[in-house]
Amino acid sequence: MGLITLPGAVAVAFCSYLGQVAELAAETVRSVFAGRIRFGLVLRQISHIGFGSQMVVIVTGAFTGAVFTAQTFFQFARLNMESAVGPVISVAMCRELGPVLTGLMVAGRVGAAMSAELGTMKVTQQIDALRALAVHPVDYLVVPRALAMLISMPLLVGECIFFGIASGYFVATKVLGVGAAYYMANMYRFTEAEDIFMGLIKGFVFGLIIVFISCREGLYARDGAVGVGRATTEAVVIGSLSVLIANFFLTMALNIFFPAGVSG
Amino acid sequence: MIEVKDLVQRIGGQEILRGFSIPVHRGETLVLLGRSGGGKSVFLRHLIGLMKPVSGQVIVDGVDITQLGERALEPVRRKIAMVFQDGALFDSMTVFDNVAFTLRERGERDEETIRRKVRETLELVNMTGHEHKMPVNLSGGMRKRVALARAIVWPPEVILYDEPTAGLDPIVSDSINRLIRRMQRQLHVTSIVVTHDMVSCNHIADRVALLHEGRVRFYGTLEELSKTDDSVVRDFVDGRSHEAE
Ligand SMILES: Nc1ncnc2c1ncn2[C@@H]1O[C@H](COP(=O)(O)OP(=O)(O)O)[C@@H](O)[C@H]1O
Ligand SMILES: [Mg+2]
Repeated sequence: MGLITLPGAVAVAFCSYLGQVAELAAETVRSVFAGRIRFGLVLRQISHIGFGSQMVVIVTGAFTGAVFTAQTFFQFARLNMESAVGPVISVAMCRELGPVLTGLMVAGRVGAAMSAELGTMKVTQQIDALRALAVHPVDYLVVPRALAMLISMPLLVGECIFFGIASGYFVATKVLGVGAAYYMANMYRFTEAEDIFMGLIKGFVFGLIIVFISCREGLYARDGAVGVGRATTEAVVIGSLSVLIANFFLTMALNIFFPAGVSG
Repeated sequence: MIEVKDLVQRIGGQEILRGFSIPVHRGETLVLLGRSGGGKSVFLRHLIGLMKPVSGQVIVDGVDITQLGERALEPVRRKIAMVFQDGALFDSMTVFDNVAFTLRERGERDEETIRRKVRETLELVNMTGHEHKMPVNLSGGMRKRVALARAIVWPPEVILYDEPTAGLDPIVSDSINRLIRRMQRQLHVTSIVVTHDMVSCNHIADRVALLHEGRVRFYGTLEELSKTDDSVVRDFVDGRSHEAE
């Protein structure tokens, strides 16, 4: 392959990948609207994705909130702005850290599991067995996961935000000696419902990105155990990078609807 | 009922089927013989649209199913059941749930009926008492029988068997052969059985075909098979490899 054709080949590969993910998403949407929803499976996936991810998300949110609070405090203290720490933490947690951290953790934990499970089913012909039994793999495997993700992600993001802010409050008031009343008052004053809303919307979008990329990786797996390993790695890497990249564009787009720091 | 016309399939530059044509008559058991790696499994996959051919037709009840999309194939797949070579059981489900899967997916909701039908079907394939095992804990032959149970628990019109007796002991093989016969007699099922087990072939076949280099080398009854003097067919039937000692 020459140097000139290489970028072209990469572009083609990228577009076809995007096409496969989009096709999967479209088929899932069609299937949902046709009412081919298996509620039992949705519940089971909610327990895997949502319930099972809580620990990871809570710990991540809490410790990031704590560290971020401490660092912000050290800087702000030099300017005698200790009481401004609260809103900085809460707005950052709501708008960026909560959804992004949750997205990354879920891409790792859930994305890997999903692509490994579907990939194994693919290479051991269980997907073909589904098809042979007249069950569409998207109906049976992707729809429940997508719906469960749609329900779980905003809740997980909410949890991450809550524990991030709570641990920040704890660190600021109990460890670093910021006045609790000041901290809370300023936090309430500068944090808007829009900030939380933005976080939850991002959560929705990240969840869908993760679910469709992971399912695409699993459903296209081949070449046995090595192939499943490759699919799993790709699901986590591509999923995480997509979350970070999508986050930038979402921030820019959502800022039009929910401008930061206008009121208050 | 099923008519395969000029099927051509290539995978990765390798020509696997090169104009494969065969008729399958309703209510008959067709045994498809052929060397290992000759494309028998690939051929079976075309009959329920799991693979699309490069060219050629698979006509099921007057409809060319190679032209159908995934959703349109669903009614065909409810009619034609497939028993995969190594079972392809759902490894996250117990034996019971694997067999019950078909019933549940076809809309059976009554757990009592499901339990009864699963029990009866597992009895047919001599797998009673293994309901609660996971597929990974079964031997190859047991897995095959569960796969068979999963395929027949909702009685199909046609069953495709991919080497149903390979790797089974002679006693279990015989019971599988009897089961294939019984399904044909009692339920008038049409069967296509891929095998290289000549004992099984002689027991169950109404008609025999030999797949050789991507085409049908022989097609006829058991009697015609025993009389043929085509050396390729004879070598297969008698098991001669022509390799130097
Ligand atoms: N998914 C696949 N990718 C590449 N080659 C395949 C695939 N499936 C089958 N083949 C090749 O097709 C040929 C026929 O395979 P198969 O139908 O499984 O043979 P058999 O007659 O033993 O069932 C073999 O050479 C096999 O390597
Ligand atoms: Mg085979």
